[in-house]
Amino acid sequence: MNTLWAWLWADQATAIPSALLLTLGSYALALRLYHLTGRPALLHPAISAMAVIMTVLIVGHVDYARYFDGAAFIHFLLGPATVSLAVPLYRNLGHIRRMGWALPAALILGATLAVASAWTLGTWLGLSPVSLHSLLPKSVTTPIAMGVAASLGGSPSLAAGLVLVTGVLGCLFAPLTYRLMKIRDPAVQGFALGVAAHGFGTAKAFEISPLAGAFASLGLGLTGLLTAMALPWLARWIGL
Amino acid sequence: MEGLHALLTLLGFTLAGEVLAHVAGLPVPGPVIGMALLLAALVIRRGVSAELERVSALIQRHLSLLFIPAGVGLMTHAAALRAEGGPLLLALAASTLLTLSVTAWTLAWMLRNKQR
Repeated sequence: MNTLWAWLWADQATAIPSALLLTLGSYALALRLYHLTGRPALLHPAISAMAVIMTVLIVGHVDYARYFDGAAFIHFLLGPATVSLAVPLYRNLGHIRRMGWALPAALILGATLAVASAWTLGTWLGLSPVSLHSLLPKSVTTPIAMGVAASLGGSPSLAAGLVLVTGVLGCLFAPLTYRLMKIRDPAVQGFALGVAAHGFGTAKAFEISPLAGAFASLGLGLTGLLTAMALPWLARWIGL
Repeated sequence: MEGLHALLTLLGFTLAGEVLAHVAGLPVPGPVIGMALLLAALVIRRGVSAELERVSALIQRHLSLLFIPAGVGLMTHAAALRAEGGPLLLALAASTLLTLSVTAWTLAWMLRNKQR
């Protein structure tokens, strides 16, 4: 049994379908659990799927690098998925144009605050430089965050994990925050979710309405664009 | 072939975005440029095919799945997480809550003032 398991992960022909099955199967299970339990934010499908996958890899003595080789296909789809956000954006272009300067103003404030507050809190809590630099791009989508973290001297894989946790936290906080602040406009709800919690916030916003989803896509794309362009430059400037 | 055209479109614009970022030496990630290019193409064509609409909606419904392979990489940072997991989580939570509420509040406030 053990030798069969080791054989499964030793060769690409079996390691790739194993990694894909493990990822998709865990996600399908996690999604079912999430719906059965009435969608509690703490049981976000990505978190429970991740827990299952980590357990299997650790118990089965499979290297993360081995697993990622196979699961890289799913990871790669983040690119085309980002491109596909142009569709809901196009559908709501008229609505976006009517909002004028409000969107860029909220974007610049939100994206700056995401980085500045992480930096201030991280420094204050005494985080190590590698952790701090991996924390800064937490509000942008994984491929962007991994690139930015690497260019800052952080760890891309730690950044990817922190991005995921940020996404779950954003989905956890949003409903209560909006209720307390009496924010009912789906465009505002979606945009803030996209700025603060990237793809997770965007998926959550699509649950609210297609309009909220479109504004979340806009928030996600613009925050990614701004962070990727400004953060490495800013870090050099303030001498991080 | 159902869905094939949409897949070709998304892959084509992903690659075009990467190539443009590389050739122009832009610090912007390729897929974000790809998204802008596809948006421009849709504006010029004045429409989205029903197929592209369906495939995009399917991908967007399962967006969080795509974050999992990289997220599992947290397991390689067990030592760092044991040492700094608490502060990291606290920083993430406070910063995310702040970003979410300030962005929502600013946008809502500016829109309210605009209507007056």
